[in-house]
Amino acid sequence: MSTATATPLFDKQGEHSDEARVDAAMRSFVREFGVTAALHMESCVRCGMCAEACHFYAASGDAKHTPVHKLDLFRRAYFREASPFAPVVRALGLVKKPSVAELERWQELIYDSCTMCGRCTLVCPMGIDIAELVKEARHGMFKAGLIPERLALMDRTARQWGSPATPAEDLPDILAEVSEQYNVAIPCDLDHADMLVTAAPAELGDHTKALADAAKILNRLGVKWTMHRAGFDASNVGFNNGDLQLQERLTRALIDTAVKIGAKTVLLPECGHAYGAARWEAAKWYGQALPVRIVHMTEFLDEVISAGRIRLHQIGETATFHDPCQIVRRGGLEAAARRVLAALGFELIELKDHGIAGYCCGGGGGVVSNQRAAPLRHKVFEIKKNQVEATGAKRFVTSCGQCRITLEMGAKHAHWDRKTESLLELVADNLAD
Amino acid sequence: MDLLDFARGPALTFALAIFVGGTLWRLFGVLLLPRLRDLSLPREGAPAPLAGALRTIARRMWPRREFAQATLFITLNSYVFHIGLAVVVFGLAPHILFIRQLTGLSWPALPSNLVFGAGVITLFALVAVLARRLLHPVVRLLSGVGDYLSWLLTALPVATGLLASGHLGARYETLLALHVLSIAAFLVWFPFGKLMHAVLFAFSRGATGIRFSHRGVNV
Repeated sequence: MSTATATPLFDKQGEHSDEARVDAAMRSFVREFGVTAALHMESCVRCGMCAEACHFYAASGDAKHTPVHKLDLFRRAYFREASPFAPVVRALGLVKKPSVAELERWQELIYDSCTMCGRCTLVCPMGIDIAELVKEARHGMFKAGLIPERLALMDRTARQWGSPATPAEDLPDILAEVSEQYNVAIPCDLDHADMLVTAAPAELGDHTKALADAAKILNRLGVKWTMHRAGFDASNVGFNNGDLQLQERLTRALIDTAVKIGAKTVLLPECGHAYGAARWEAAKWYGQALPVRIVHMTEFLDEVISAGRIRLHQIGETATFHDPCQIVRRGGLEAAARRVLAALGFELIELKDHGIAGYCCGGGGGVVSNQRAAPLRHKVFEIKKNQVEATGAKRFVTSCGQCRITLEMGAKHAHWDRKTESLLELVADNLAD
Repeated sequence: MDLLDFARGPALTFALAIFVGGTLWRLFGVLLLPRLRDLSLPREGAPAPLAGALRTIARRMWPRREFAQATLFITLNSYVFHIGLAVVVFGLAPHILFIRQLTGLSWPALPSNLVFGAGVITLFALVAVLARRLLHPVVRLLSGVGDYLSWLLTALPVATGLLASGHLGARYETLLALHVLSIAAFLVWFPFGKLMHAVLFAFSRGATGIRFSHRGVNV
């Protein structure tokens, strides 16, 4: 059962007692405190500089959107249960245990108004990785059954289907339709292949052109590749929702499928959180370095273009680029995206804030799927819109499908007549013979 | 035993014991927690973890260009009172004498007038810090009793030191005793509140430096 209310903004999953919810959250919180998380909890000087980096604070001007404030309950859990002075803190009652009402109110801060983009991590004079701590805090909220219902719905679907939008058994039919529509071969469920190619949910729905374009490039290169029902959706909603069990299942589906078919590479779609989950976190489930290479689409395009394996027509127009946070700030692919843009013959005019310090689209971390967060998200969109307009660039490009959806929704709401283009689609559309 | 003897003797000894013991307890209590190794393949060309840590420790000494304007006041003011405190603590002849008695280490003193001037500037900067904490909605929201206590116990030694130097308000011995007692209070509180950032900042920045240099991001 779930309950949704307009104010305060929280939903509940399951029928647990209030006490059971608090206990589940606290048990999960305490498990998160390894040495890095603890160092980051301990070293905050409460200076408030992180507010200056946050797009939600910039949009609302409300102090409650200060990034480190969003960690308040997690921080209290730390000092009560896990810090070196925890026994004294508890004995003297210096820090109160969070109540269920506080956890409920907190949902709005760590789900609706944080995209885990990590811009705050860049400004913190103590180097605290606030975004990572928010992600860890979400694990406890999931255990407590206190996440936005939209995300919970996607979670339940992904547990059943292996994807929040597409049942695995429908994949062959969808691929056949895309294949026919775009006249491109899309192999499915091959027993052996060198590369396992994965998709983001939208590529099996609204963004099928991106999928067809990936196929077009891979076929041109003569790669032996396949998509596979056993592991096809790389977006990993478990990563966003705080559902560690689902995150592990979805991760293992990709890696184990790749190993089973003898693939050496898993190609990730233009999706930010897919990169965060598979590239940087997958190995922890295996306890060792992965037996396969994880490559983001942007990285792949950069490699094949740099190696001269594909050549491109020169577009010769001005363009600006939105840096997806999980791919650039938290992923390290800033230069790769720019090399691909240069290969397309774009004259790049950078946004005022770009590269690793670029502003988030406002929809990451599940915020784009969380409909009650839309009013604030639309305000955040204004930041990006203004920066894009200030460049005067003719084209607006990005390399994350989720960012594209967020930016397209923002543009529609703001009646802004600008298209957000996919880097992958631009490469596919400009392949030279 | 008069007040000055008490301050210089048992009070300071007790405070130093708490300072050293508490600081080590808190630091190692954190550093000995489980360490999850990053098993993902590092980005090609990523620096060694120690180099990544040192790079971020150095880089966070000054804000990035994008944040420089918005954080200009707090950055400059923080530099003023941190450098001011260092000049006062390590530059004044009697302080150096005290440190030599404690550790055997010593170095040339700065002119006392210069140190006095640094103390006055430091106190003004600390007042500005407090004003910001009370007036800025973000910082006010983030502030708890510990933050105000940390401020008070940092400002008191500076204020009492200036009064003692200037022989203002009471007998010199009384002012000096109050100064030493305020330092003792600072040392006792140090391991428990955010003053501990003086030790933790390098570890905290370093951990983030290691995480992101592994990914090929220079944070």
